[in-house]
Amino acid sequence: MASNTLVSRRGTGSGRTSRHRDADQGRPRTLISPAQLGRPRGKLVYWAVFALVAAGFTLVFLGPLYWMVTGGLKTTQEVVQSPPTAFPSSLHTENYSQAWTVMDLARLLLNTLYYAFGALAFQLVLDVAAAYSLSRLRPVLGKAILGMMLATLMIPATVLVVPQYLTVLDVPIFERNLLNSPWAIWLPSVTNAFNIFLLKRFFDSIPGELLDAAAIDGASPLRTLRSLVLPISRPILGVVSIFAVVGVWKDFLWPMLTLPDPGKQTLNVGIYSLSNGVPQNVLIAALTIASVPTLLIFLLFQRNIMSGLTAGGLKG
Amino acid sequence: MSAPTLSTGKASAPPPGYHPRPGGPAPAREEFVRAVRRNVTAHGFLIGAVLCFSFFSWYPMVREFVLAFQKTEDGETTWAGWSNLSYVFNDPAFWQAWRNTALFTVLALLLGFAVPFVVAVVLNEFRHAQGYLRLLVYLPVMLPPVASVLLFKYFYDPGYGLFNRILEFLHLPAQQWLQDPGTSMLSVVIASTWMNMGGATLIYLAALQGIPGELYEAAELDGAGLFRKIWHVTVPQTRLILSLLLLMQIIATMQVFTEPFLLTNGAGPEGSTTTVVYLIYQYAFNFNNYGAAAALGLLLLVVLAGFSAVYVRLSRSSED
Repeated sequence: MASNTLVSRRGTGSGRTSRHRDADQGRPRTLISPAQLGRPRGKLVYWAVFALVAAGFTLVFLGPLYWMVTGGLKTTQEVVQSPPTAFPSSLHTENYSQAWTVMDLARLLLNTLYYAFGALAFQLVLDVAAAYSLSRLRPVLGKAILGMMLATLMIPATVLVVPQYLTVLDVPIFERNLLNSPWAIWLPSVTNAFNIFLLKRFFDSIPGELLDAAAIDGASPLRTLRSLVLPISRPILGVVSIFAVVGVWKDFLWPMLTLPDPGKQTLNVGIYSLSNGVPQNVLIAALTIASVPTLLIFLLFQRNIMSGLTAGGLKG
Repeated sequence: MSAPTLSTGKASAPPPGYHPRPGGPAPAREEFVRAVRRNVTAHGFLIGAVLCFSFFSWYPMVREFVLAFQKTEDGETTWAGWSNLSYVFNDPAFWQAWRNTALFTVLALLLGFAVPFVVAVVLNEFRHAQGYLRLLVYLPVMLPPVASVLLFKYFYDPGYGLFNRILEFLHLPAQQWLQDPGTSMLSVVIASTWMNMGGATLIYLAALQGIPGELYEAAELDGAGLFRKIWHVTVPQTRLILSLLLLMQIIATMQVFTEPFLLTNGAGPEGSTTTVVYLIYQYAFNFNNYGAAAALGLLLLVVLAGFSAVYVRLSRSSED
């Protein structure tokens, strides 16, 4: 792009450190011109703004997390003390173990994992198969089915909560009540039209010659999907998987309605329903523990998550 | 990518079922059989998802419309005509819920739409630590909502909460935050913005990175300063994505439920945080009045459908 002009214009900044130059290398031209940044005044303003923003962001986004982790280490008196203390006067790690046992966090955590990975499995199998069929096998009425799936994106999710809940209470034809059963989480999670759309678009982009070659070699559609399409689609499968797990992990209203049994609740719902019965410091310790798994997922897969965000055709 | 291995490695596998005839047109019967077989396979792949959609998406959609015109009394369900709708309209909480939802949407847009854009524009200029700052902005999005919301509830406490400490430090009067009908909705919006602004910021950043640098250079040659460059280059270049996100946020914020439900138990002081979706929840799960809940849901659907239609038109034009 404009990187050529950028490099030639940058000649004035001879005093740059090598690290600075690395950061600038191949960088597309943005709002502020490199020449302007190269001047002493520009540099000063840049570093001033940068320091301000970096400090502000750390305070605004990490500050609450710091307060959460340390709040869980304070005594019951200290955590509601005014003025508050920036550091716990003594470290009470037993709050964490107390939160773990009193709120039965192990069970809540296991429940949530079970729902999240079950939903992931259902979504991966059924949504991938559907998207592959719609993209490559092109059955009769496939377009209409895709259209009806995408139409569900237009219906606000919260509007459907009541009729969906009534359906879960009494599934037609099968006449089963799915209340308190993991199926109430897993099966509705498959109706994620956005996932099907993302997967189908990715499958559409696979060159047809590859698939034709497989068909000539006598590979069945299932075989083609398994040994050809899925390995190519690893990036998009990663994105879909992460969002499937995180979606269940963050959901609140639906699991609250469909899993009222305290022994079957998710982390969100379980902590919420016990939140009034435990001391503030133990509650905060529980919040910290509940945050760890998704934060770990985020730190491990941040690249996939952030690229997945813009994968929805929202590129300007 | 391990894509091309299959055509060489697995050629010896016997063709399952059908025998492709490369030369000459196949007889019509065989052609038909093959088409049937192809469709059976294809629908076999589809059936799982289609069943899930049928039971948990399409059927509830139809049921929503039916419910809105039905009522159940003593276990007997009868047609109710427009009575559910008139019940909803005559509920004093109805207009309050819409006013609150509108207030939440406007506040959430002022904060949640403008702040991420400014943040993205600033971040995009940084030559250092951009990855770290991006990570920070997106961090709250990954937290379980209960953790962020209950944490904010702790900060909002008028007695020992952190926010009143900060106000005191700045020599500003202490607030009642969630307990005052005047500030309760704003408090919900602040928490909600903190929790959700990461997504919008990253999408804006991606859009900003797509702006050709020549446009800024041309603007500079014309003598444009910083703000004129933003106004005449940055904003028009990202206009489409700005309007798409604006609509998406309107649609999402008008359905707000979790934050007020957890922060103020839904209604808030004097009903000041009762939103439309919370009212639906109340009708259905506190009063067992599914008809009223469905009727109100239908109204919300109609309002949001307007925004959705604009969204679809805009995103279509973005694909051209």
